[in-house]
Formats: sequence, structure tokens, C-alpha cells
Amino acid sequence: MFEIERLTGGWGQTTIVEGLDLSLAPGETVAIVGRNGVGKSTLLELIVGRAQRHTGCIRLGGRELSNLPIHARALAGLGYVPQEREVFASLTVREHLAVASRPGRWSEGAIIDLFPPLGRRLSNLGSQLSGGEQQMLAIARALIGNPKVLLMDEPSEGLAPVVVEQLVHGMRSVVNDGELSVLLVEQRVDIALELASRCLVMDRGRFVYQGTSDQLRQDSDRLAHLIGLDQENRFTATNPHIQSGVKR
Amino acid sequence: MTARSELLERHSYNPIEALYWLLLIGTFFAFPNYLSIATTVVIMALFALSLDLVLGFAGIVTLGHAAYFGIGAYTAALLASGGWREPIIDAVLAGLASAGLALMIGPALLLLDGLPLIMVTMAVSAILFEAANKASWLTGGDDGLRDFSFLPVFGLFPWSVYGQTSYLYALGWLALLFVLVRRVVSSPFGVALQGIRENRARMRLIGSPVIGHLVRAYTLSAFMAGIAGAVHAQTNKFVSLEVLGIDTSVDVVVMLVLGGIGRLYGALIGAPIYILVKHFAAEWNPYHWMFIIGALLIVAVRFGYGGLLGILGRIEAWFARARGTRKP
Repeated sequence: MFEIERLTGGWGQTTIVEGLDLSLAPGETVAIVGRNGVGKSTLLELIVGRAQRHTGCIRLGGRELSNLPIHARALAGLGYVPQEREVFASLTVREHLAVASRPGRWSEGAIIDLFPPLGRRLSNLGSQLSGGEQQMLAIARALIGNPKVLLMDEPSEGLAPVVVEQLVHGMRSVVNDGELSVLLVEQRVDIALELASRCLVMDRGRFVYQGTSDQLRQDSDRLAHLIGLDQENRFTATNPHIQSGVKR
Repeated sequence: MTARSELLERHSYNPIEALYWLLLIGTFFAFPNYLSIATTVVIMALFALSLDLVLGFAGIVTLGHAAYFGIGAYTAALLASGGWREPIIDAVLAGLASAGLALMIGPALLLLDGLPLIMVTMAVSAILFEAANKASWLTGGDDGLRDFSFLPVFGLFPWSVYGQTSYLYALGWLALLFVLVRRVVSSPFGVALQGIRENRARMRLIGSPVIGHLVRAYTLSAFMAGIAGAVHAQTNKFVSLEVLGIDTSVDVVVMLVLGGIGRLYGALIGAPIYILVKHFAAEWNPYHWMFIIGALLIVAVRFGYGGLLGILGRIEAWFARARGTRKP
């Protein structure tokens, strides 16, 4: 079980998120949605230890992580896919995987099965990959560390629809695998609601709504009110094609 | 293919490399009167290789690496003066002395980065220089250390005045430590160092103990620099304060920049070019030889991202592209 309890923190002395409580059961996927700048990414950065925690605690399997340095949190079981991808320009795809690899279910072979385009680019440098391939690599690099909890920050951001489709296909496999708890921050509500069983809406550093993805999907007016969806996204959130994971 | 074998393949042996080593061996036969300067070239190549491990692969920007070269040189000379005259163990002990210092100061030093790191590494080197200068009872101060000698290498090869043993002995160390560095940079640890060079924060997020890795690399590099210093002392039978000087630190950085940082052979190519150009330019004009080194450095940096090896790489790529366009 992954838990955060009354977590407050931000950048330096500036408080961005305040008093957050959250728990993820093993194998559960939870999405966090909300407008830009409400603290979603900061929450993930707080969990991994890059932002400053002021109060509250973070536990994984009953173990307190709050005071551990960043690399020790990763070793304890947190995998993180940052918004900026941060692939290493001078390392090959295979080197990315080797340097992050730890024993477990996710090996190089399993990663290539998940993201076949990476299998064709193993000897290419990070700088030679397309945006979509870089995002796949960022997810792969986190997965191959065999974390217990995977934190993903807007994996679909800035990608072409066809690439998003490939990516969501891979993410769906990870989620359906049921081995890993996933905390997904995503601007694309359709993707968030499809992949996650539970959804939290964040506003001004606090959770203002928690419920199942089905509930939110069926209550598009409320969703629109909570996160300020425009007409197009409101349509997407209620569209039956959402099951494909692709915005039509 | 496993991930491990692919990693090793990135720095796998290329037949063209044999040319470089044949050239070094050929020098022994072709230029018997220049073995003294050739030995200096090989020692500085080894020193530059040690710097490449930290500067080129781990991204540790240091301007004080002469500290480890100097510690190695003085340790080797002092051990020999004290009676330990077997050269190989002497060099290893000198390397360990340098590594010991790096292991002591590394954990604090490597928390720094960029300009503060440059300044502190320079300061460490300067402190050691002054300490060696003041401790003249031990180091000989300005006069340096002399009057020490070593037993024949492996008990078989005496140190001759013509420098044959010195050259082959230095070359042996270079080859041995080159193989070691190649294995290190091709290993997952070496790849992690390159990841740290590029993005420390990102490496922490994948569970890499960044400072621990940097300290290990720094210590290994100091060990190699110490051995280079020891070989310098053993082959010259003389150690002066110059081995700890800022000029020595700067020279080795220039050699690496000239040859190409983070390319293994950059150190091995930069050192001979720097020393030979310096030697012949100083003969040509003792007052203005630095102009030539400066011009060479400008060309290497301006036109060859990655030094002279970078220029060669770009020329090779240009030819490859030209051949490709001629294909029907």
C-alpha cells in the first residue's frame, strides 16, 4: 500500500500543495486531473523528493519514505516518469535500460514487447529519438527499475494523436498487468479516465473531488465545473469511443 | 545480444586502434634517440587518461588533478629513498596514496559542481604545492628529490641511460590502465557515470547513488594519476615541485581538450600532439611557442566538437555521406 498523509510542501518555502491524503492499493491506478498550475506535478515531485516537504508523510508498504534521499526513494520502489522526459542525449536506448535496470518482472525483453518501436532503436542515442519514442523510453526507464509504484506526469503531453495511441496502448498493458500501482497525472481527461479506476480532481493544491472514473465520466457537467473543460473535452469525457483510449 | 555485451560493444576494439599501439611500439625502434621525450608522452597520456575518466565520462570539472600526479610522484620517490626499490609495487603504493587522498576529500568535494568545484580543486592542488614547498626536509623543497633509484623491472630489465626500459615500462602501464578504463566506461557503472555527467538529478530519480559513483570514479582516476606520477618519478629519477603545480593541471586539461574529451583515445592523441608541438615549437621560437598551442586549441575547439578526434569523426562522416550520395 502506498500512502501519503496530510502532505504539505512546495518549492522552497512556498507552499503549493496542502494537507493531501491519498492511498493506492497494490495494482491500483489512480489519476489526478486538474487545471494547469494547481500543483499536480509538484505533488509528484514531493513524493520523489525533488520538491520540499513541509509536513506530512509518505509511506510505501508501511515504510516511511519522507526523510529518504531521492535515490533511496527510487530504490525503495518509486518509479517516476517526469513531464520533461529527461532522456539522456548521449546514451543509447539500451544503455538507458541497462543503467536503470533492477531485478524483477520488467526486463529488456518485456520492455520491447511493451513498446516495440524501442526494440528497433536500441542502438540509437536518446537525442536521435522522436518525441513519442523519448516518452516511451522515459516510461521504459522507470519500469525497468521494477518499482512498486509508478508516478507518471502527463505522458501524453506534446505528442501527436497517433503516437498517443501507441503510448496509451502500452500504458494500458502496464495498468492491466495489475502488478504495479500507478499514480497518473494527466491533462487529457479521456486518457486519465480510461486508464484509472479512481480519479482525483485537484484545485489550488488540494483534492476537491475523489470518485471512481465511471462516476466522473457519467457526470460530465460536474467534471466540466471541476476542471474547466471546454466543450470538446466535455464531449470526449462522455464519448463512448473513450474506451479506445484515443480522442476522436 | 545481452545488454551487457552491447554495452561493451560501444567501446569495442576497432582494428584501426592497432595502428596507434604499433606506432608507439615502432617509436621504440625507429627513434631510439627520442625515447626520453617519448616516455614523457606516454606518461602524460596516462595522466590525461586518468583525467578523462572524471572530466570526460563523469563530468567532474577539475583544475587540480596534478595533486594526485604529484602525490604519486613524491610517494614513489620517498618509498625508494626509504629502501623500497621494487618499481611495480612502488607505483601501486603511490597510486594507492593518491587514491587515499581522493577517497578522503572526494565525498565533500564532489558535492560541488561547476565553478566552485574548479576553484576548490585548484585550491587543494595549491595547498599541496605549498605544503610540499614548506616541508623541504621531506620533499627537498625547491631542490626536489633525487638520489633514489629502482631495481630492474621484474628483476630482469635494468634502467638504462638511453631510456629503453623507461619507455617500455611506461608503455606497459599505459596499456594496462587503458584496458582497465575501457572496461570501466563500458560497464553499467561507466554508463551511469555518463548519465550523471548529463543529468545528476535524473540519475538520482532512477536510484543511482550519484555521489557514491562520483567518489568511486574520482578515486580510481586519482589512483591512475598517482601511478602516472610514480612512473614519472621512476623514469626521471627526480621529482620537483612542478609535479604539483597548476601548470601541470592545466597542461593535462589542454591535452585532453586537444585530443577530445570523453573519447578514450582523446587523451592518448592529445598528449603526444601537445608535447611534440610544444617541443618543436619551443625549439623554433622559445618565446612565442604558446601561440602555436593556442592556435591549435582554437582550431580543435572551434571546428571539432570533441577535439582532434571530433574533427576526424566529422571528416569520416562527411566522406561517408559523400559516398552515400554517389550511390545510384
